[in-house]
Amino acid sequence: MSKRQKLVFRASILVALSLGIAPVTSAMHIMEGYLPLSYCVMWGVLCLPFLVYGVFSIKKQLKDNRRLLLIFAMVGAYAFVLSALKIPSVTGSSSHPTGTGLSAILFGPGATALIGIIVLLFQAILLAHGGLTTLGANTFSMAIAGPIVSFLIYKLVLKCKGSRYVAIFLAASLGDLFTYVVTSLQLGLAFPSTDGGVFTSIGKFMGVFAVTQIPLAIIEGILTVIVVIALESFAKTELEDLGFGRKVREVE
Amino acid sequence: MKLSKKKLIIILLVLCVLIATVPLLMNRESEFGGADGQAEDLISEINPDYEAWADPVMEPPGGETESLLFCLQAALGAGVFGYGLGVLRERSRKESKSA
Repeated sequence: MSKRQKLVFRASILVALSLGIAPVTSAMHIMEGYLPLSYCVMWGVLCLPFLVYGVFSIKKQLKDNRRLLLIFAMVGAYAFVLSALKIPSVTGSSSHPTGTGLSAILFGPGATALIGIIVLLFQAILLAHGGLTTLGANTFSMAIAGPIVSFLIYKLVLKCKGSRYVAIFLAASLGDLFTYVVTSLQLGLAFPSTDGGVFTSIGKFMGVFAVTQIPLAIIEGILTVIVVIALESFAKTELEDLGFGRKVREVE
Repeated sequence: MKLSKKKLIIILLVLCVLIATVPLLMNRESEFGGADGQAEDLISEINPDYEAWADPVMEPPGGETESLLFCLQAALGAGVFGYGLGVLRERSRKESKSA
């Protein structure tokens, strides 16, 4: 074999390996089997109280007001759509938004934990995206940590008399971004770098996940504002029931 | 919906499309693979001995089937969302008529 042929041969093996053996990858949750067992258990256990609280929280909200069920379904559907969209980013790789910010703003982080885990289960079982072993870690980042940040930022901006749309935009986009910061933390903790330990690793994973996510977070922020504008036009009463209208009046 | 709001929505949507397409134009070499694939590479770089210890329950046989399933996810979501929006719109139209 000539030198050139060898090169082509090696390149073809590389392509075969990367396309065939390495799982055909899709966006950005922690992949099945890619987190040591102890970490899987730890993150899973950490999620439990939030999920239990979430069940109580949404049960109460829907019991008090049946009409909110439609809005809740729409908010869940919104997370379904957004987390299916793999969007190209400036880093040359793709990732998808989380879609959980809207739910966090309207129904609170508890209810959002439930929506998030349903989306993650769907993707882990049917799409080989994310995973059942890593479900706990992914739930913690996408369905709990991100939505809590969204919720807090939303309240904070309104408290500082910021505009409502700005509050929604910041809440949805920063919550989205924070989800991937947490993912980087989780991977960094589980895979400390030999030359510099946990923090070097976290930095490296941030470079992969968080930077890719920045433009997508902005898109999620914008889309969430659009959806709220639409809901304001057609579902004013429900939004008011959710405490949305009242806060608006306080601000304006 | 007021006209100014409609305009605002259109401007915002165009902005979203721009944010998503500019990277494609800027970065012609890339295939825009998933960020989690890059993370896998990073894991094997940090810890070459690490092996994934579980496999996905069901793995789509290839890119086509996978994109089908992702489409299905988006379609389900969009269907429910659109239905809800339609119901709400019709309701608010009736309310404003009777009012």
